[in-house]
Amino acid sequence: MDGKILTVDDLTLSVQNKKILRGIKMEIWAGHIHAIIGPNGAGKSTLVSAIMGLPGYKPEQGKICFLGENITNLPVFERAQRGLTLAWQEPARFEGLSVEKFILTGAKNKCHKRAEEVLEMVGLDPHKYLNRAVDKTLSGGERKRIELASIIAMEPKLILLDEPDSGIDIDALEKIFSLLKKLKQDGITIVAITHSLAVLSQADHAFLMCCGKILDKGDVNRIASYFRNKCIPCNHDRFMVSTIETAP
Amino acid sequence: MNNSDTALELLKSLGIDIGHVFTEDVAKIQVHQNKVVGLHLVPGLRVQADEMKDGIEAEILIEKGMKIEKPIHICFGVLPEEGLQKVKLHIRAQEESKAMILAHCTFPNARQVKHIMDADIEIEHNAHYAYFERHVHGPKGGVDVIPNAKVHVQEGAEFSTEFELIKGSAGNIEFQYEVNAEAQSKTEMTARISGTNNDQIRLHETVRLLGEYSMGVIVSHIALKQYAIADIENTLVAHAPFSRGHVDCKEIVVGNAQAKAVPTVLVKNPTAHVTHEAAIGSVDAKQLVTLMAHGLNEDEATDLIIEGLLSKKQNWQNMIKEME
Ligand SMILES: Nc1ncnc2c1ncn2[C@@H]1O[C@H](COP(=O)(O)OP(=O)(O)OP(=O)(O)O)[C@@H](O)[C@H]1O
Ligand SMILES: [Mg+2]
Repeated sequence: MDGKILTVDDLTLSVQNKKILRGIKMEIWAGHIHAIIGPNGAGKSTLVSAIMGLPGYKPEQGKICFLGENITNLPVFERAQRGLTLAWQEPARFEGLSVEKFILTGAKNKCHKRAEEVLEMVGLDPHKYLNRAVDKTLSGGERKRIELASIIAMEPKLILLDEPDSGIDIDALEKIFSLLKKLKQDGITIVAITHSLAVLSQADHAFLMCCGKILDKGDVNRIASYFRNKCIPCNHDRFMVSTIETAP
Repeated sequence: MNNSDTALELLKSLGIDIGHVFTEDVAKIQVHQNKVVGLHLVPGLRVQADEMKDGIEAEILIEKGMKIEKPIHICFGVLPEEGLQKVKLHIRAQEESKAMILAHCTFPNARQVKHIMDADIEIEHNAHYAYFERHVHGPKGGVDVIPNAKVHVQEGAEFSTEFELIKGSAGNIEFQYEVNAEAQSKTEMTARISGTNNDQIRLHETVRLLGEYSMGVIVSHIALKQYAIADIENTLVAHAPFSRGHVDCKEIVVGNAQAKAVPTVLVKNPTAHVTHEAAIGSVDAKQLVTLMAHGLNEDEATDLIIEGLLSKKQNWQNMIKEME
C-alpha cells in the first residue's frame, strides 16, 4: 500500500450513454487532505460516486482499490463498512427520522453523548437539533452539517466530501475548516471537491479535473494557479466540444 | 379469568407500564369482547356503557367547560383467536371542554377476529377533542378492523385523530371517516399503517369544510410489503369562504405490494385554498443510498426509511412516551 489508502486506475464510466469519466488515475494518501477542483460538469461528483460505488455509477473499465483490496465490484454498504464514506453535494432529507437517530445509524459509538459531540463539532447546538427531523424543515446548510456530523460519528478511514463549503455560511465555514484539520489529526483521510480557494488551501494535494479527465495533480499551489488564471491548461470550451463524445 | 385479570392481560399485550399509568387521576375504560372489565372515571367525564350480545354500546360525555388534564385511556380487545366485537360509541365533547383519548385496540392472538366500530362524535362549540388509536395485532393478522365514524366539529372546535397500526400484521382494514367542519374549526386526521403478507387496507376519509375559516388536514402514510394492498381515498371539500385544507398521502410500496390512491380536493368557493401532495412508489433512491453509505444494507435502510414515514407526529409523542 506504501502510504496510499486508495488508488483509482484507468477509470472510465458513462452515464446514459455519455462518457463522463475517461481513464481517471489517482492516488490518495493515508492521513492527508486532498482537493479536487474543476469546472461545473467536469465529472467530479461522478468520480466520487463511482469511488463510493453508488448504483448507476458502475465503471466500464478500470479498478478502484481501498486499503489494498479491489473494491470495484463491492456494493455501497460494504465499502462503507470497510471505512469509506461520502457526504453529498446536496444531502437527502428523511421524513420522520430524528437527527439523533440519523447520526447514530452508522455510528461506531451509538450513544446519545456521541451524537451531541459530533453536532457540536459541526457547530450546531445539540439541544436545538437532536430531536428535530432530518426533513424539509432544516435549511440546506443545516442539513449538510448534520450529514457531516453523521459521517464523523462513523469514524471512517476515508471521507469523500462533495463541496463541503457550498451553502455554508462564513462562521460555519471556519468550523468546517478546523474540523478538516481535526479529522486529519485523527488520521482520517479526506478527499474534498471544491470551488473555493479557501478549501483548496487546506489541502496537502490537489487534482484538477476537466471533461472527465485529471489534467494535473500534485502541488496545491500549482493547481491553485489555474484558479487564479481563470483556468486551465486546455481551452475549456474547445476541449468540451472536441472531446465529449457519445459512447459506442 | 375475572375482570381485573382480563384487563391486566389486555394491557400486558400492549406493553403498557400499568403501575406508572393508572394513577387516580387517569380515567380508563377497558372492554374485552362484550364486557366492560375496567372502568374508572374522573371529574368531567361521564360514561354509560351497555353490554350487547356481541359487543358494547357506550355514551361518553365530556362535560361543559371541563378540561380533563390526563389522557383518558380506552382499551378494546379480544384475547381469544376468534371473536366478534361490535362497538357503538356516542361521543360528545360539550362546549369549551377539552379531552384527549388514548385508545388501544389489541388482538394479539387473532386468527379470525372482527372488530367493528361505529362512532358518532359531536364536538361542540370551542371544545378540543383529540383521539389517538393504536392497534396491536398479532403476527398472523387474522383481524378485520372496520371503523366507521361520523364527526361534527362545531364552530371554533378542534378535532384531531390519529390511527396507528404498525405492529403485527394489519389484516383487513376498512376505515371510513366523515367530518363536517363548521366555522373557525380545525380538523386533523392522520393514519399511519404498515401492511404486510396479504393485508388489505381501505381508507376512505372525507372532510367537508362547511364554515368560514375552517381548516382541515388529512394525512395518510402507508407502507406496504409482500402482497399487501391499499386503496386510499381522501376527499377534502372546501365549501366555505376562507376555508383551508391539505391532503398528504404518502405510500412506500416494496415487493409485490400494490397501492392505489385517489386524493380528491374540491374547492367550491374562490377564497378557499386547498393543497395536496401525493407520493406513491418504492423507497426514495437517494435516501436509500445515503443510508447505505452509512453502512446499512438495503433491507436495513428500507426499514429505517419506512419507520420514519410511519413515525408519530410530534404532538402525540410526549403523551405516548408517558405511557411506555
Ligand atoms: N444521470 C445523469 N444523466 C445524464 N447526465 C449526467 C447524469 N449525471 C451526470 N451527468 C452529466 O455528467 C457530467 C458530470 O457531472 P458531475 O455532476 O459529475 O459534474 P461536477 O464536476 O460535479 O459539476 P458541479 O461542479 O456542477 O457539481 C455533467 O455534464 C452532467 O450533466
Ligand atoms: Mg458536483
